[in-house]
Amino acid sequence: MDTFIEQLPIVVHSLNIGFLQTLKLFFVTLIGALPLGLIICFGSKSKIAPVRFILKIFIWIIRGTPLMIQLLIIYYFPGLVLHNPIWGGDESGRFFASSVAFIINYACYFSEIFRGGIISIPVGQDEAGLVLGMTRSQIFFKVKLLQMVKRILPPMSNEILTLVKDTSLARIIALQEVIWAGQAFMKGSQGISGAIWPLFFTAIYYLICNGLLTLLLGGLEKKLEYFR
Amino acid sequence: MSILEVEHIGKSFEHTEVLKDICFTMEESQVLSIIGSSGSGKTTLLRCLNFLEHADSGVIKVAGNVVFDADDKEYLKDSVIRKNRLHFGMVFQSFNLFPQYTALQNVMLAKQLQAEKLPDFKAKKKEIFTEIEDEAKMLLYQMGLSERMNNYPHQLSGGQCQRVAIARALAMKPDILCFDEPTSALDPELTGEVLKVIKELAEQKMTMIIVTHEMAFARDVSDEVIFMDDGYVLEYGTPDEVFNHPKEQRTKQFLGRFIEG
Ligand SMILES: Nc1ncnc2c1ncn2[C@@H]1O[C@H](COP(=O)(O)OP(=O)(O)OP(=O)(O)O)[C@@H](O)[C@H]1O
Ligand SMILES: [Mg+2]
Repeated sequence: MDTFIEQLPIVVHSLNIGFLQTLKLFFVTLIGALPLGLIICFGSKSKIAPVRFILKIFIWIIRGTPLMIQLLIIYYFPGLVLHNPIWGGDESGRFFASSVAFIINYACYFSEIFRGGIISIPVGQDEAGLVLGMTRSQIFFKVKLLQMVKRILPPMSNEILTLVKDTSLARIIALQEVIWAGQAFMKGSQGISGAIWPLFFTAIYYLICNGLLTLLLGGLEKKLEYFR
Repeated sequence: MSILEVEHIGKSFEHTEVLKDICFTMEESQVLSIIGSSGSGKTTLLRCLNFLEHADSGVIKVAGNVVFDADDKEYLKDSVIRKNRLHFGMVFQSFNLFPQYTALQNVMLAKQLQAEKLPDFKAKKKEIFTEIEDEAKMLLYQMGLSERMNNYPHQLSGGQCQRVAIARALAMKPDILCFDEPTSALDPELTGEVLKVIKELAEQKMTMIIVTHEMAFARDVSDEVIFMDDGYVLEYGTPDEVFNHPKEQRTKQFLGRFIEG
């Protein structure tokens, strides 16, 4: 017990640093994947057949393979195969490579959610807007967008909670996120070695984070309950 | 001069001809009812007038000006269509209100968006919006919905929704207001309240085209009636001519079902 109390501040300090990296990856992915997902979504409904086709294949590949493999390929492929290591070997290079992999991966999932949201809005909404003389963009932004947001919020919330946990996959290319930081105490770090409890302790970080997100997203859903 | 002239309108979907050489004219302040069995092309005709579909042939004129000519690509441009379709209003069978806006906001939205393009919008925004709001409230009052202005569509009955939709269409001040079976989605008890406001509009000399299965109403409110069958205008005349002295066997057959029923 004494050792635990001695170790706790050291471990928490180290896990905090790791979790900051987790959060950074989470937010960067969200900020990048939401707009990219919308672009992919519009692209996959494009009038140009080859664009549609290429995006379909792309979405199929990304959703059909593990994110872990995608991380490894994006991080190692340029250096090992093309002999052109674009990422650099330090933490910021690993973070950059992770961000790219996560953004691409999550944009594909988001785009499918957006697509579902768009097709769930009845054409009557478009037609009502058109006969009132609105432009297509006015109809999208003023009439359909909020209805879409309301409809995609539940699947989106799911995906966002999954993203928080998925960030731990970046450990495979040694990104120093929270689980990586917890694991370090097993091998030995800052005078502590052979300790497994810091690894288990990381779960609390995810729990608190996802708890807050659940409250936030639930509140947003509640806010949109004023219409049907 | 006629407010509306429809000349030789034709429309096909893939290989089926849905509208065949449709011709009619309307004078200002008149009410035209279109009757006919399911699939005869009534909705398609209204959709062509509102440019939700583009006729394959024919010309449409409003107050003598061409607003559509199937042979001239100019009339298919988005901006031209957007301008020309404001001659027409449309009330849909399923209301198509915007669910996230209150009754009042539904009526004001398009008008507000339109106002944003006015040259002096920035300077006079407040006055313009007040004017739009006053007009919208007036229309809702006219529809008997003053108490319901701040309700969302899901809080309103079908009949109330349809009256909001009518107010929303009127807000754009169309020359001709089109109704596509405005009471077909309503319970019989709610049908009356919608027919009543349409009748009031007729008394106020609103020019209207009404597609309906309410024969008694059509006979009562219309100046002229069209009976459509299989994409043709089969019968075209005053309610007395069409309902009491139909020329075609097909019309008699169709009307017979209603008289018996
Ligand atoms: N978008 C479309 N694509 C293909 N066919 C269509 C389309 N819209 C309508 N049709 C066909 O055109 C014909 C006329 O349809 P329309 O909806 O105009 O009839 P209607 O007179 O309004 O019938 P109802 O009384 O049932 O509303 C029907 O045979 C219908 O199947
Ligand atoms: Mg119809």
